[in-house]
Amino acid sequence: MTIHTHTGTVAAPQLAPAAPSAVAVAVLRQAGRARRRRTAYVIGTLGLAWLAAFVVRVLLGDYTITVPDFWRIVTGTEIPGASFILMESTLPRAVVGTLAGLALGASGATFQTMARNPLASPDVLGITMGASAAAVFTLVVLGGSSGAVTVAALLGAGAVALALVTLSGTGPGGAPYRMILVGVALAAMLASVVHWVLLQADVYLAHEAMVWLTGTLSSATWPEIWRLGVVVAFTLPALLLVARQLQVVELGDDLAQGLGEPPAHVRTRAVALVVVLTAVTTSVCGPIAFVAFLAGQIARQLLGGRSSVAAAALVGAVVVVAADHVAAYAVPDVNLPVGVVTGVLGAPVLLWLLAAGRTTRQESS
Amino acid sequence: MTGALRRPVTASLLGLAVLAACAWLSLVVGSRGLATGEVLGAAAAVLTGTGTGSATEGIVQARLDRTFIGVVVGVAVALSGAAMQWLTRNPLADPGILGVNAGASLAVVLGLQFTALTSVGGYVWLALLGGIVAAVVVYAVASLGPSGPQPLTLALAGAALSAGVVSVIAGVLVSNRGALDTFRFWQVGSIAGRPADLVAGVAPLLVVSLAVVLLSGPVLNATALGDDLERALGQRVLLARGAVALGAVGLAAAAVALAGPIGFVGLVVPHLVRLVTGPDHRRILLGSALVGPVLILLTDTLGRVVTPPSEVQVGIMTAVLGAPALILLVRRSAVLR
Repeated sequence: MTIHTHTGTVAAPQLAPAAPSAVAVAVLRQAGRARRRRTAYVIGTLGLAWLAAFVVRVLLGDYTITVPDFWRIVTGTEIPGASFILMESTLPRAVVGTLAGLALGASGATFQTMARNPLASPDVLGITMGASAAAVFTLVVLGGSSGAVTVAALLGAGAVALALVTLSGTGPGGAPYRMILVGVALAAMLASVVHWVLLQADVYLAHEAMVWLTGTLSSATWPEIWRLGVVVAFTLPALLLVARQLQVVELGDDLAQGLGEPPAHVRTRAVALVVVLTAVTTSVCGPIAFVAFLAGQIARQLLGGRSSVAAAALVGAVVVVAADHVAAYAVPDVNLPVGVVTGVLGAPVLLWLLAAGRTTRQESS
Repeated sequence: MTGALRRPVTASLLGLAVLAACAWLSLVVGSRGLATGEVLGAAAAVLTGTGTGSATEGIVQARLDRTFIGVVVGVAVALSGAAMQWLTRNPLADPGILGVNAGASLAVVLGLQFTALTSVGGYVWLALLGGIVAAVVVYAVASLGPSGPQPLTLALAGAALSAGVVSVIAGVLVSNRGALDTFRFWQVGSIAGRPADLVAGVAPLLVVSLAVVLLSGPVLNATALGDDLERALGQRVLLARGAVALGAVGLAAAAVALAGPIGFVGLVVPHLVRLVTGPDHRRILLGSALVGPVLILLTDTLGRVVTPPSEVQVGIMTAVLGAPALILLVRRSAVLR
């Protein structure tokens, strides 16, 4: 394997004069094949990494569960102690972590591709904050049920997305900096609303809300996990399809004609799907910091500079499940919310991206 | 009208009059409205130490403390913002946006958690240290970028640092319910319920920083002409810039230690003042010192009446009112395409 994605496109014109079309086409085709092979390889590896993280999260920890025991419990046998830990703690956390990671990773990568800027993830843009502010307000002030909280989160995230597009004066395709700064301002405003809500609650409810606001997997109940699972099962494939169209759209409006529909429609659909995924995830596990932002970036590094929504989704799942394991066992006797770990990991990465000037580079698709 | 406003003496007198009016409002308005005579009588009794301990006197005492702290915090935050906007040549600079408030908050939380410090006088130095570290990190990260410290990179580095700091704070607080109960009232930024003697604890830092920043007008006027001229003027200007930066962070840290993080005032006030005074930095500093407390007292008074009988803390009011101002600046700014 000598030809990689970048060298392939460079090598083609050099070879072209010697033997015009045939060689060039062959080189390009080989480059394309190499790229697909690399993508498949990366996605396969990420799948294995997720499986490893999942198994570790479920079976290891303060209380080790053996694989045979795991199957017996899942198929209905009651093992004192182990059953409770598996069904009430480690398994739901691993499952909801996977779902949340998939949703956030895919959302982040979609927005980053659309704005051609690594900073344009739903968490940096304040969409996650919109969902959590609405959810916390509904929970604490209005005393809403878990269903009402989900609806509120959807409305909050949608409102912020709409405000972003309106206030930055352009669609998600243009003026990324202005959109990002408007997002930062909206997030700051919503954060103060959340702080106010926290003051209205008694200290126990405030503590619960604080844990949720940090992003936690431990408060999810099985019905909520099922709801999230159904939403992810329907929305994620739709987002993967839209992401393919989006890649064509980003090549330019001329090529996008071939899609048979205006680029604006594709973008709007992508934003709507991201809002749904982000909001429902947030309503179940709170705003898990930086996952949407990190996953797209890590996937890009793994793929040698190209973005892939599928790979980013898997990275998200690996990051959340692994971070939750770290959060649960890093500090003895303290069960930290997963968002503490992702936040502490994510901030230096974002700072490094800024220092390295990566945020000003246009994304190549 | 604007012609008259550009005359420094007229403008200063007008600013002082407005400030006095706002302070008066801050004494009179509240969940329990008081008549002018009652307030005057009680205030005289409280200030001369001849009070009888009546309920009215208690309320007036609390409102006097609150107004005093509001004025101090307003001056500190507005001057800090004005100096930061200059030093970074950045219309979007503000102790909140640049992460100084976040750094100071983290230091205070760690102080609450791991040391025996309980007095403001004790943790003001921690807040200063946290603020300095945050400012250095944010400025260094933004300067390392290929195009130097741009408004965008500074704002984003500040936001990134704040987000990371929020995670660490959350990690500390979820395991310590007592600290959470203290901190949730502190983190919103409020000038209510803080006794006026708190100011004594931060007074040394406040006075020194205030003097440094207020005296820096001529230096800042010179450096506004650009880096080349600055280099030509030599090492002393660099030193002066460093001193002003320390002063700006010191003011922000003192304000955070007194009232908690109050965002957006430092951002908005210098822009408002510049509309009237023009680009002379000495006048902007003076104007900011007058308009800052006006804005704090006005928003604080507004916060008392929007959700009766409870109050909305001034830090929340300034964020809700200030974020649209930031968005407006971003939209108008030609630097950000």
